[in-house]
Amino acid sequence: MLILRKFARDLPAMLGLGIVLVVVFLAIFGPWLAPYPQDAFQSHLLQRLKPPSAAFPFGTDNLGRDILSRVILGARGALKVALAVVGAAMAIGVPLGLLAGYTRGFVSELIMRVTDVFLALPQLILALALAQLLGASTESAMLALALTYWPYFTRIVQAETRRLSASLFVDALQGLGAGTWRILLLHILPNALSPVIVRATIGLGFTILVAAVLGFLGMGATPPDPDWGLAVAQSRTYLPGAWWFATFPGLAILVAVLGFNLLGDGLRDIADPRLRRSR
Amino acid sequence: MAGFVLRRALLVLPSLFGLLIVTFLLIRMVPADPAAALAGDNATPAQVQAIREQMGLDQPLPAQFLRYLGDVARLDFGNSSYSSRPVALDIRERLPATLELTFAALLIATVLGVPLGVIAAVHHNRWPDFLLRVLSVAGIAMAAFWLAIMLQMLFAMRLGWLPLRGQLSVGLTAPDGPTGSVLLDSLIAGRLDIFTDALRHLVLPAVTLSLGGLATITRFTRAGVLETLQKDFVGYGRAVGVPRRRLVWIYVLRNSVVATVTQIGLLFGGLIAGAVVVESIYDWPGIGSYTVQAILTADSKVMLAVTLLIGLIYAVVNILTDMVHALIDPRLRDEG
Repeated sequence: MLILRKFARDLPAMLGLGIVLVVVFLAIFGPWLAPYPQDAFQSHLLQRLKPPSAAFPFGTDNLGRDILSRVILGARGALKVALAVVGAAMAIGVPLGLLAGYTRGFVSELIMRVTDVFLALPQLILALALAQLLGASTESAMLALALTYWPYFTRIVQAETRRLSASLFVDALQGLGAGTWRILLLHILPNALSPVIVRATIGLGFTILVAAVLGFLGMGATPPDPDWGLAVAQSRTYLPGAWWFATFPGLAILVAVLGFNLLGDGLRDIADPRLRRSR
Repeated sequence: MAGFVLRRALLVLPSLFGLLIVTFLLIRMVPADPAAALAGDNATPAQVQAIREQMGLDQPLPAQFLRYLGDVARLDFGNSSYSSRPVALDIRERLPATLELTFAALLIATVLGVPLGVIAAVHHNRWPDFLLRVLSVAGIAMAAFWLAIMLQMLFAMRLGWLPLRGQLSVGLTAPDGPTGSVLLDSLIAGRLDIFTDALRHLVLPAVTLSLGGLATITRFTRAGVLETLQKDFVGYGRAVGVPRRRLVWIYVLRNSVVATVTQIGLLFGGLIAGAVVVESIYDWPGIGSYTVQAILTADSKVMLAVTLLIGLIYAVVNILTDMVHALIDPRLRDEG
């Protein structure tokens, strides 16, 4: 309860939570909330590049589609990519981290060296190289991002597991004859979960950002997807006249990523007792 | 100190070797048969086979890997299919522009980020801190490609204060010089007109690239200063009447910069990666725009060389960061 009250007093974190809730809400109910839900794929060439007005609060794009509707509809795609990528990265990274942290020897060393190699490269470059090899599509962008994000989870879980496996309760469990995976999954993992949750929250925001970069470079979403990054890329031909075309989809990316990052920061402050003491 | 540096350098070797394996597997993962692609649609199976043998693709994977290692050691990455020049030559010509941009961004980020971090820490949990926290998270959350377009729209297209793209105005050519950097070479050649023009072209890309780094440096400085402010010497200092400003900006800051220095080192690698997007939007003739070109034209040799180069820069920067650390904090030298 004390923790909850502290979290509620953390203004930036509450702002983040609010934004995340809005993004999730839009992702679920977007098609019912968007003023022109059919504008996900339908074009109306007669009303192209109209500035913001009462009928189109964010203006229209080069194909006459309502930008507000496409920003709202884009939330689902962005969140879907982020959840799939972070989910897959966790599915790969967490078990590897548990294994590398709990065992010693060749396997553990191998896992951590491979992790180091991946961490020693900027994710964007690696993801770009992979996405290029796999061919431009949302699926290959997701695969490329998941394949480059798992090491962050391995690193965190390995460190936590190593710390926890030296603790007394693990000694006790071993003495009682509990199996390795039972100890890892039922006893160590729950204790190592809070940094994983923090990393996952920030990872969701980060993935939305990198996926937008891939979309912008033509390595991710393909037309006519209402993708935010793709929209900014398409808008470049119509600047500076159609400023609204570039501005609003980019703002959507900014706000969504900001929400996840603020929430993640707030969670980290709570999860890290060392930081808690210093405040 | 020499022993320390050597130990650190040796620790990087396994990572570099792993990097070579990963990049090798990346090119081998290409679903299409590179020999068939090279031979063209009308090639006979025999011709494809001949090319395959010529490229060494008929040999077992370990043998191919050794051949690949040899190529990398000789910096032979083949020819770019886009520019049809050796990739290594292209990279050598373009690297100075990227370094120029990266250093400029790092400079902006450090000069602004450290003071902002101190201000946030001193006003901990009051409105300047909240504001700077939200702003610094926003800096990380902002898509560089979007910021670049917004800045272009405002400062180049509407206000006309700064050039839209490129490294120099049309009609100006960079003087030949020892560094390959337009800024430095024009200074050495005494061409102030070119220097000013290049500087004006540098502003928007450097500001765009610096933003994420600025946010990171602000955050780490804030955290470092917050931690140092808890130390006993701060209380003593106050008690003996050291002026508050002097205490914070000199004694506390000096004791807090270790984490920030690490971040500046790590940022350098991240900035080079970020340059990929920024350069392509501003048409900056560096490694980044080269990479995007390679992506769009499926030029896998360039992708491979760039991935290796950035991995190498990362590794070198890590060693340098450790060295600076050891210089600042002698205790670290023994831990190795």
